[in-house]
Amino acid sequence: MTDTLTPVLTDDWADDRAWTLEAYRTRGGYSVLEQALKTKPADLVEQVKDSGLRGRGGAGFPTGMKWSFIPQDNPKPKYLVVNADESEPGTCKDIPLMMASPHKLIEGVIIASHAIGAKHAFIYVRGEVLHVIRRLRAACREAYEAGLLGQDILGTGVNVDLVIHAGAGAYICGEETALLDSLEGLRGQPRLRPPFPAVEGLYACPTVINNVESIASVPSIVREGKDWFAGLGTEKSKGYVIYSLSGHVKTPGQYEAPLGITLRELIDLGGGMREGSELKFWTPGGSSTPLLTAEHLDIPLDYEGVGSVGSMLGTRALQIFDQTTSVVRCVLRWTEFYKHESCGKCTPCREGTFWLTQILQRLDSGQGQEGDIELLLDLCDNILGRSFCALGDGATSPITSAIQYFRDEFEAGMHTASHELFPPAASTLFKQEATV
Amino acid sequence: MTLEATPETDLPVELVTLTIDDVEVSVPKGTLVIRAAELIGVEIPRFCDHPLLEPVGACRQCMVDIPDAGNGRGFPKPQASCTIEVAPGMVVNTQVTSPVAEKAQQGTLEFLLINHPLDCPVCDKGGECPLQNQAMTHGRGESRFVETKRTFPKPIEVSKQVLLDRERCVLCQRCTRFSEEIAGDPFIALVERGANQQIGIGPDEPFESYFSGNTIQICPVGALTSSDYRFRSRPFDLVSTPSIAEHDSSGSAIRVDHRRGKVMRRLAGDDPEVNEEWITDKDRFAFTYATQGDRLRTPLVRNADGELEPASWPAALAVAAQGLKAAGAKTGVLTGGRLTLEDAFAYSVFARVALGTNDIDFRARAHSAEEADFLASQVAGTGLGVTFASLEQASTVALVGLEPEDEAGVVFLRLRKAARKHGVKVVSVASHTTRGLSKMFGTLVPTVPGREADAVAGLELDGRSVVLVGERLATSPGAFSAVVAAAAKAGARVAWVPRRAGDRGAVEAGCLPGLLPGGRQVGDAEARADVAASLGVETLPSAQGRDTAGIVQGVATGGLKALVIAGVELDDLPDPVAARVALRKADFVVSLEVRESEVTQAADVVLPVAPMVERPGSFVSWEGRRRSFDAVLDEPNSLTDIRVLAGIAEELGRPLGFRTVAAARAALDELGTWDGARAAAPTVAAAQPAAAKQQVVLDTWRQLIDDGRGQDGQAEYHATARRAVIRASEATFKAFDVEPGDTATLSTESGSVSWPTEVADLPDGVVWAPGNSGVNLTALGVPRGGLVTLKPGGAQ
Repeated sequence: MTDTLTPVLTDDWADDRAWTLEAYRTRGGYSVLEQALKTKPADLVEQVKDSGLRGRGGAGFPTGMKWSFIPQDNPKPKYLVVNADESEPGTCKDIPLMMASPHKLIEGVIIASHAIGAKHAFIYVRGEVLHVIRRLRAACREAYEAGLLGQDILGTGVNVDLVIHAGAGAYICGEETALLDSLEGLRGQPRLRPPFPAVEGLYACPTVINNVESIASVPSIVREGKDWFAGLGTEKSKGYVIYSLSGHVKTPGQYEAPLGITLRELIDLGGGMREGSELKFWTPGGSSTPLLTAEHLDIPLDYEGVGSVGSMLGTRALQIFDQTTSVVRCVLRWTEFYKHESCGKCTPCREGTFWLTQILQRLDSGQGQEGDIELLLDLCDNILGRSFCALGDGATSPITSAIQYFRDEFEAGMHTASHELFPPAASTLFKQEATV
Repeated sequence: MTLEATPETDLPVELVTLTIDDVEVSVPKGTLVIRAAELIGVEIPRFCDHPLLEPVGACRQCMVDIPDAGNGRGFPKPQASCTIEVAPGMVVNTQVTSPVAEKAQQGTLEFLLINHPLDCPVCDKGGECPLQNQAMTHGRGESRFVETKRTFPKPIEVSKQVLLDRERCVLCQRCTRFSEEIAGDPFIALVERGANQQIGIGPDEPFESYFSGNTIQICPVGALTSSDYRFRSRPFDLVSTPSIAEHDSSGSAIRVDHRRGKVMRRLAGDDPEVNEEWITDKDRFAFTYATQGDRLRTPLVRNADGELEPASWPAALAVAAQGLKAAGAKTGVLTGGRLTLEDAFAYSVFARVALGTNDIDFRARAHSAEEADFLASQVAGTGLGVTFASLEQASTVALVGLEPEDEAGVVFLRLRKAARKHGVKVVSVASHTTRGLSKMFGTLVPTVPGREADAVAGLELDGRSVVLVGERLATSPGAFSAVVAAAAKAGARVAWVPRRAGDRGAVEAGCLPGLLPGGRQVGDAEARADVAASLGVETLPSAQGRDTAGIVQGVATGGLKALVIAGVELDDLPDPVAARVALRKADFVVSLEVRESEVTQAADVVLPVAPMVERPGSFVSWEGRRRSFDAVLDEPNSLTDIRVLAGIAEELGRPLGFRTVAAARAALDELGTWDGARAAAPTVAAAQPAAAKQQVVLDTWRQLIDDGRGQDGQAEYHATARRAVIRASEATFKAFDVEPGDTATLSTESGSVSWPTEVADLPDGVVWAPGNSGVNLTALGVPRGGLVTLKPGGAQ
């Protein structure tokens, strides 16, 4: 089965001190940078467009097309902003990538900046991951010292300055316009669109905001060619991505494979389910994507495949839950997360998550009231599509999908607490101490 | 789409036709859907939306269904109608026709209410609350929320004046957006997140904005309240009367709410041409001055023992007439800023007809002959000139001797808007860059007080420029002349923005020694005949009268025997010491006043007159716009200045020809403005003040919130005043051994004042101090532009 994996972003993660410039160079890092910087920006944009690379942050918008939206006749400076505020529950791809191989991202930043005509680039890193911020800053310093960042890079006349900016730990700042506000030093809350960031983004200047994985994929496209990249994956979802497999599997971790691999294959790669575990439900792209069940094991994990069963590929955060898990408790935890992370700007998300949490707490403790399930669904209907940004929508996904597939468990919440139906200890791997 | 002209601008406006709830409607391009719907009579519920604030789309209450965005495709989800602009062919279904929109609105309203307390019965907003009203019209009726509400300890003081009950707040951000966008005072902001999100202030940075009260008014719930109205009354017990604010020359529309004969609060009126929907805190909160303990209720006459004792109206009027008859034309008339246009006309006629003198002047402050010439040639009888709207359309607005944020707050707001939205350039000829100037994105032409004439000559003006001049140019020789010359050269327009509400009306009514009503000159025989004919008298005095300083001096030298004084605080006069001497020396003093003052204490006859709320009248705003108002309270025993003056005049046997405000107004209108020859513009040369060693040049103006008696009785409001400081450059402080931040003293032979110091970008050798914040600077005995001594430390 190993031939289904396509290690590109992850190829050097096991190398000795892979994060250093030296180690990255031994793998061919920065070898095509000079050539890329001598390529006309428009040609680079075309190359990325043709490769079929789509945004890896969840929405899957074609990256090359996003770059082409930057009005090059606008006299204002242009900016590249890398969204490294990875905070979606279950998602763990950008953080290890930046930890293990920061130069891949930096090389991508330099090429992408050249392609869109940006002289300044920013990487907005989630504030909690201080170790990653340190590593990125060290790599950034190395790149400056080696003449890979700054003025006249490699004698090509291209100038790119890179700032590693630490966020303050807010889920909302993964939303691109909230990220821009936060980067500008303001309170991180989503902005009204239009104007779109491509026209008025950071400091009201044309701005491209890309996910870490999208930008880190760019050097490989330049090096191996757009056709090589387009040859991977499926018809409309091209290339390779990192799948983060977590939960009740034997070997959780990051698996890099072409788009279109199925969960069945990934679980096999992960050594199968845990001993005695049966797949109950899973999320395809983090908690904000409607959860799926064992019947969806064979759908191709690409943008279209997951969309066809009513969910979203999202960030490919595959959280695997077995029969010992209470879906009610799981959904409560997620909803508590959304309540805690709601930025407060719009009413449906702010008040809705506050209310949903209290209803779910009741159901979780077996104190549910008649009509609670209908109330949950109705409140979700009042949030979905009514909130200011997609985060409010995302908060409803686990609830509505969980009720769709496991309504009986919510009904059980009217009389029996979830910890009685699904004793938490049954999910653990460590030995249980006898309790009285 | 068709092109039509609007009367305001005469510019063609592009119209967009769309369908809302099956009704076709054409609206100007760029209109938001929520306002287009209003035009067909559909009110979409809203909280964060405010027509004068930028759209934010935060509350999500105004959701509508848009099955066709104008391009044949619809939005899959309901849209916030406050953020979507109309498009040709767009189809919008509001709650009236769309169950989706109706449910979305009900859902959001239910969410807003889950954390909102059910304290409407004790909430100030109850009865006039958009949340309450919209919950009744668009809500579900019954809440499904049975869980635990979020609570906060209550209330918190965002300033002494403004209190915040956080649990009532629906986080629409109107207050923070107003403060940031309109006032430029972002002292309040959102803090925390999720359901804990709340409005907050920075540590030790209270919400001290001159416009903070507007946030209370636009708050769609009872979250923001003022400390002096909180829990005082219910909206349904109040009687509302539209009125005009009396604290500056802007003529702001206000609404006065009273209950059982007592004014409870004042709100901004909605007048798009003048103050839009905003007023200063002074106009909102400073209304208790007339109900202080020192209100005069009965006429007082000085008896044989030299004591003032109550008298009947007929007796008092007879005594007044007797005393004035003795002095005859040797009587001076001093009027102040409190007076309305009709009052001012009555004093003007009283002086000319009843007393037979031109010794009348409304300028209870520093003044000059050049200023009088400027007013006669450029201001009197010119009607509506530069307007608020023209400030927004100007290329450049030059401020000369005017600090709008302090002296005409609504002008400041409009200039900030003009600069923000239309890129109007604001230039200030002043001693230093103030906070107000920064908020207007303005540039400073650094000027030593008294040297404005030179600075004005160097201004870059064009045909679309406007020059706003303030009253303190009277202290700067040649400044008015230079303004007129510079504007004439560039084709720019000039407007005079006095500080007091009654000043422009006094100019129009002829309360000046050389000016008759309607811009007629005393020296013009034809004009005199015109006025005399209209008033039904044979002749009017033809000699040029004395100005304020001349009247004070005239009493001292014996040229004048009696004084009639109304609305004047002695401390405001350029030389209060001389004025006190004159009051003692005068044979006979008649005072018409609302409250006790230094003048009433020295007067021989004190005649109580009605405060603004108890009488009708008009102010003429700096624009030249007549702003009429009716009495708020019905007080039959409260007489207007006009009625009292008419009584004296009749006793004197020389009636004014009117006894009421309406009749005075009719007489003034019948007279009309002068269409004959106008006075010549002043051409006074700029002075070259001598530099003195060991002294500094004084610059000053009065801050918005200060010790003016019109603001008495408002402790919380005063607590939001700006700190009084002495400002100078670092070099100036250093030269005089003053450590910036420490206390310093300004002194003259007459007196001294001490305040903390603050470095600002003044020219070296110039200091600025507030005009009346703790002590009236006239105590120094030198005018603005005069020389004072600067020393470190407090007064000895």
